[in-house]
Amino acid sequence: MHLKYESTLREPLIDGVKDYHQVTEDIISPIEAKPGKLWYIGLFISIALLLFGVFSVTWEVYFGTGVWNLNKTIGWGWDITNFVWWVGIGHAGTLISAILLLFRQGWRTGVNRAAEAMTIFAVMCAGQFPIWHMGRVWMAFFVMPYPNTRGPLWVNFNSPLLWDVFAISTYFTVSLLFWYSGLLPDFATVRDRAKTKLRKYLYGVASFGWTGSTKHWQRHEALSLVLAGLSTPLVLSVHTIVSFDFATSVIPGWHTTIFPPYFVAGAIFSGFAMVQTLLIITRKVLKLEEYITIGHVEAMNKVIVLTGSIVGVAYLTELFMAWYSGVQYEFDTFYKFRAAGPLGWSYWIMMTCNVISPQVFWFRKMRRNIMVTFIMSIIVNIGMWFERFVIICTSLYRDYLPSSWSYYRPSWPEVGFYLGTFGLFFTCYFLFAKYFPVIAVAEIKSILKTSGENFKEKMVKYEDEDVEKFAHDQTHH
Amino acid sequence: MAVKKFVVGCFDDEAVLFPAVKKVRAAGYKIHDVYTPFPVHGLDHALGLRETSLHTAGFIYGITGTTTALSFMSWVFTTDWPMNIGGKPHFPLPAFIPITFELTVLFSAVGMVMTFMYLCQMAPFVKKHIFHPRQTDDLFVMAIEVTEKTRPEEVKAFLDSVGAKEINEQTAEAGWWLGRFDREDKLFTKQIEPLNA
Repeated sequence: MHLKYESTLREPLIDGVKDYHQVTEDIISPIEAKPGKLWYIGLFISIALLLFGVFSVTWEVYFGTGVWNLNKTIGWGWDITNFVWWVGIGHAGTLISAILLLFRQGWRTGVNRAAEAMTIFAVMCAGQFPIWHMGRVWMAFFVMPYPNTRGPLWVNFNSPLLWDVFAISTYFTVSLLFWYSGLLPDFATVRDRAKTKLRKYLYGVASFGWTGSTKHWQRHEALSLVLAGLSTPLVLSVHTIVSFDFATSVIPGWHTTIFPPYFVAGAIFSGFAMVQTLLIITRKVLKLEEYITIGHVEAMNKVIVLTGSIVGVAYLTELFMAWYSGVQYEFDTFYKFRAAGPLGWSYWIMMTCNVISPQVFWFRKMRRNIMVTFIMSIIVNIGMWFERFVIICTSLYRDYLPSSWSYYRPSWPEVGFYLGTFGLFFTCYFLFAKYFPVIAVAEIKSILKTSGENFKEKMVKYEDEDVEKFAHDQTHH
Repeated sequence: MAVKKFVVGCFDDEAVLFPAVKKVRAAGYKIHDVYTPFPVHGLDHALGLRETSLHTAGFIYGITGTTTALSFMSWVFTTDWPMNIGGKPHFPLPAFIPITFELTVLFSAVGMVMTFMYLCQMAPFVKKHIFHPRQTDDLFVMAIEVTEKTRPEEVKAFLDSVGAKEINEQTAEAGWWLGRFDREDKLFTKQIEPLNA
């Protein structure tokens, strides 16, 4: 029998008086209830955005990538900016579900399901950009190394862009498997308490016939642990490879060895901001404040201030190296065309949003303030979008030949495409919030007796006990 | 599989369940399975189940991915079509690392999930008997198989003495079948006499 003791010094992870049934009730009943008006409005807006995105992309495919404001100088603009931004957002979900599992952080159980869902939807959005940027998108399958009639002429395995294909598709697949295997027991819970026939049927199909057998749980635990172990280096590799897209080139501002860790930190930073944005609304609307507590919000804000500061150090390192390396081109890129110059404003938005503003989270009061957290999460997301914009566009718009210097602003199909991915993301998220258990029910139950508020109160009597007696009682269970 | 008879006992606290499992096993009854709403640590040991080898399977899938990626890329670049890409070497091992790593993870994850599904006999449209609808909610459900040597009444009394809350007898299919959860399926319960008996 496991020791059901956790120090009362640790904040409870589940507030209120709960037992196993109450946990099921709290998390599953929103699935069974009719959605509110806000849900319909939100879903409608999301679908409208999605359709506008589809229209913008159709326009781009019909007329060609020329409808985007890319030119010979600036070959990557909003498309790749948005790609990197969305992939980065996805990283927080894997960090929460995998890395925090390995570190045995109990608070992850409250947020991992929604964060993993966010990962999957964000990667789906991210994937759109490189695909449609191909222009002749009907040739997209050329990126796959398949035996073809042209030789066979294989893909270039030396190219970071091809590594990206493998990294993103592996990341998506593994995240989906991890997420869905965790969902199986919870779908079974919805199935077994379903009152309507249709719900029983659909969740019956989705639960793959899960019963809760001890042997199955044993395998499930092993599977989760190994998938977490695989996802941890995977998530680090994905943004490392995304950063290779830039770092292996010889463009001043891109050609640096600092990129992999700097990108990974930035990815987790922006991802946690997005998790906060989503969960602060979700917990309020679905009344899950007792499961996603202020303690959870604070823990995530700590990650934000840490990763935000790492990103800040990276920015300063870049500036230092641009000067210290003595390379004229590096120096010009950073000091004349990034921090100053026609696109200089984007650099300062980035600096303000990512480095200066997250410092409020050094104060406990600010970390535990929902409104401040929500506003900060939006600011960080804006800041991280500008980071990618700065890296991509301010390195490109002033190249070696002043005659080809150029400026860049997006055309409407580029903006529409970006809005469309918001539509895709939020359509998926709204459906998820309504039809899926947004909190991992089974995982909450397994920490309930150590971290539930009403169970923690009972720990006081152990803490008053003599150590000898406590040890004696525990060993003779 | 087969239709079998079970005596089912439901527990509402894992602290009662553990000693009960020990006693039931010591009494020599055959525990078919214990169904729990969440993973109860140590229950697999209490039931005498062996450790799962799923990790080992994952490792084997992983190294399969590693060798597939490495050998395929090497074959393409050195044998099948050695192409001059900017004068770079034909066997650029460092450049192969990212894809090799990704395929290792992909093979391992996909293989493990498939193996997990196979071992647990789970798939869409698969149906299994649910002994108690609350076994995925808040009850720990122990199903004891009724063999020729067990008397159901005796088992029931025993389960009652070890703290089970709801106790009943059920005749059910022990394996899986293709079915829908919204319908009660009538499975064969009558023993068919073999012709050459």
